[in-house]
Amino acid sequence: MEHEVMEFDVLIVGAGPAGLASACRLKQLDPDLNVCVVEKGSEVGAHILSGAVIDPKALHELFPDWQEMGAPLTTAADQDEIVLLKDKSSSVKIPNWMAPKTMHNKGNYIASLGNLARWLAEQAENMGVEIFPGFTAADLAYDENGRVQGVITGDMGIGSDNMPKDSYMPGMALHAKFTIFAEGCRGHLGKQLISKFDLDKDRDPQHYGIGLKELWDIDPQKHKPGLVIHGSGWPLEGDTSGGFFLYHTDNNQVAVGMIIDLNYSNPWISPFEEFQQLKHHPVLSQYLEGGKRVSYGARAIAKGGFNSLPKMQFPGGVLIGCDAGTLNFSRIKGTHTAMKSGMIAAEAIFEALSNDRIEAEHFEQMYKDSWLYRELFSSRNFGPALHKFGRWLGGAFNTVDQNLFGGKLPVTLHDRVEDHAKLKQANESKTIFYPKPDGKLSFDKLSSVYLSNTNHEEDQPCHLQLSKEELPLTVNIPLYEEPAQRYCPAGVYEVTEGDTGKRLQINGQNCLHCKTCDIKDPCQNIQWLPPEGGGGPNYPNM
Amino acid sequence: MKILVAVKRVIDYNAKVRVKADNTDVDLSNTKMAINPFCEIAVEEAVRLKEAGTASEIVVASVGPKSCQEQIRAALALGADRGIQIETEDSPESLNVAKLLAKVVEEEQPELIIMGKQAIDSDNNQTGQMLAALLGMPQATFASEVSIADGKAQVTREVDGGLQTLAINLPAIVTTDLRLNEPRYAALPNIMKAKRKPLDVKTPADLGVELKQHTQLLKVTEPAERNAGILVSSVDELIEKLKNEAKVI
Repeated sequence: MEHEVMEFDVLIVGAGPAGLASACRLKQLDPDLNVCVVEKGSEVGAHILSGAVIDPKALHELFPDWQEMGAPLTTAADQDEIVLLKDKSSSVKIPNWMAPKTMHNKGNYIASLGNLARWLAEQAENMGVEIFPGFTAADLAYDENGRVQGVITGDMGIGSDNMPKDSYMPGMALHAKFTIFAEGCRGHLGKQLISKFDLDKDRDPQHYGIGLKELWDIDPQKHKPGLVIHGSGWPLEGDTSGGFFLYHTDNNQVAVGMIIDLNYSNPWISPFEEFQQLKHHPVLSQYLEGGKRVSYGARAIAKGGFNSLPKMQFPGGVLIGCDAGTLNFSRIKGTHTAMKSGMIAAEAIFEALSNDRIEAEHFEQMYKDSWLYRELFSSRNFGPALHKFGRWLGGAFNTVDQNLFGGKLPVTLHDRVEDHAKLKQANESKTIFYPKPDGKLSFDKLSSVYLSNTNHEEDQPCHLQLSKEELPLTVNIPLYEEPAQRYCPAGVYEVTEGDTGKRLQINGQNCLHCKTCDIKDPCQNIQWLPPEGGGGPNYPNM
Repeated sequence: MKILVAVKRVIDYNAKVRVKADNTDVDLSNTKMAINPFCEIAVEEAVRLKEAGTASEIVVASVGPKSCQEQIRAALALGADRGIQIETEDSPESLNVAKLLAKVVEEEQPELIIMGKQAIDSDNNQTGQMLAALLGMPQATFASEVSIADGKAQVTREVDGGLQTLAINLPAIVTTDLRLNEPRYAALPNIMKAKRKPLDVKTPADLGVELKQHTQLLKVTEPAERNAGILVSSVDELIEKLKNEAKVI
């Protein structure tokens, strides 16, 4: 099908910190560049979810006077606590010297990443960047030589019967000299690019976690702005690894959340229920009790780090931020690295444009010469150590490696099993029964999804597609008790029982765009595709 | 024919409304805002009249702080020609909006004024009627069908008992109901073009209107929470509970 074409110098897919930092940097280097950003969320920030404790390093390089300019990084993280939860009521504090240095947060800020993205978008628009929220980049556009030429935006107004409705508006071809992909973790175009250009050749597979987060209004008496609490342990059991955070932000609010590694083996695990249970621990409930939950959301995290990072430059563009996997898991931080990768991409593209070269192949060298490379390299063993040696020995290894050797121990640990392949069958695993939510500290999925302001046009094709329709019935339900109904944090997947037996029902309109199903399905049978533009969560202050 | 459309910036209909912890107002910080859905229908109707050759120019006006220019731009992207923002601090009450719009009407002399029947934030359903009274113009509210011919508008209204069809002389005011039309999506090139369409900013002083406060917001609270229901196993148990627990029979 022919699409109407619009041409730009540089097209950026995704208005998150990476994409917007890239856009700003391009305009700083050449104000005449024609830069366009497309964003699937209904507005910038609508789909952004992060803890977040942010290292302002990259922001400072982009806008040295960011504080005077009013960037929404105002709460300094001035107190770190690291806690190990031993069981449902007891805990131990880890003294600072015993924790890996990467876990210290002096100089960082507790902030809402969504609000930082909103602020970056304002700066970009003031510099003349065209930002289009509500438009999905549905497909890749290649030229006759197989070089990426841009993207095709999603059609609007297609009914659930796949037929155009009265409101039908066909997608457009957005072409550019260079396209930057900044979709975030497990972007559906990024995934296609990695496979098409073999960008992950000789790399470890990407590893993922699912992050769940809530925002609470708490009793002002209990509020300690600047306090950062990290921890792990209970309620996670066995080989399930992960951790939690509780950040005291401003306005008498705390951000509380949990990250669970998606290489867990027990299909009975529900990350959502683990998180709900966690909040009952006194370390967290002491702050939450009497408070009110105001927002909820979830997002997958690419945490494989250095060893899993694919080649980022390819014919026609660059893959940046979490779309590639630049997050530094040893610091549980990805904002500064994502922004830096975007800024390097902008510099490489500017360099190519100024020298009339059609590829930005200097990107790889510029990346290797940057602090981003050095930072990711020195943390390369953190995740694999935890996966290989477990929480205790792995944690000790990390403390020694990071604090005594600055990440320079001359070994590189690898973790070569894909996360979905770790899942065991239901009958080989311990069944888990989660307690009922109390409606005060813990809640059910549906009332949680309600707080994410998620909405999709109802009359549209389901955006979660099964490559093989029969697999839920032949494999997922009989062997794994369909894990999707538990790992999905939004209740999208339901196994229902009717006259004709069991079937998998997919409630696509609940989808939080976290991408966990695309990652964790044991058969890799679920394809996350973008729904109609503007659909999905509408996160405020997340 | 020139059409004036008034639009209001409101909290997006998908966003959950949160009450500020001190109960002084609704918390709108970093919440998704949008064009009021009824106003969007008004814009769509004006654009359809222009596409049909009935209208020649569409002017969009909004009253509010600078941020409401976003909603004016959204209306321009749907097909309106130029915008007027009347700069005020907060969202003023209906009578003030009507007085400001009355001055815009005097300046612009449109033959048709289309606006939403109400805004989904305050749900007042007043501005259109007040504007008609201030201008002494005919009004047709809650429109589900509009046709223009021979200096008259024929408007089908949604009323409690069914549909009522009115013929009114132009210039007139029409307020839109949900079934009037389904607004289109703004196309990407049109959003770009909208950024370059003219947008004037005026103050109430420019229009010679002094804003007066007639109402005062005392307190905003969330609706009382409903208790969860219970399943009963028999009719007898139901009757017993209605009698002794709920005490309604």
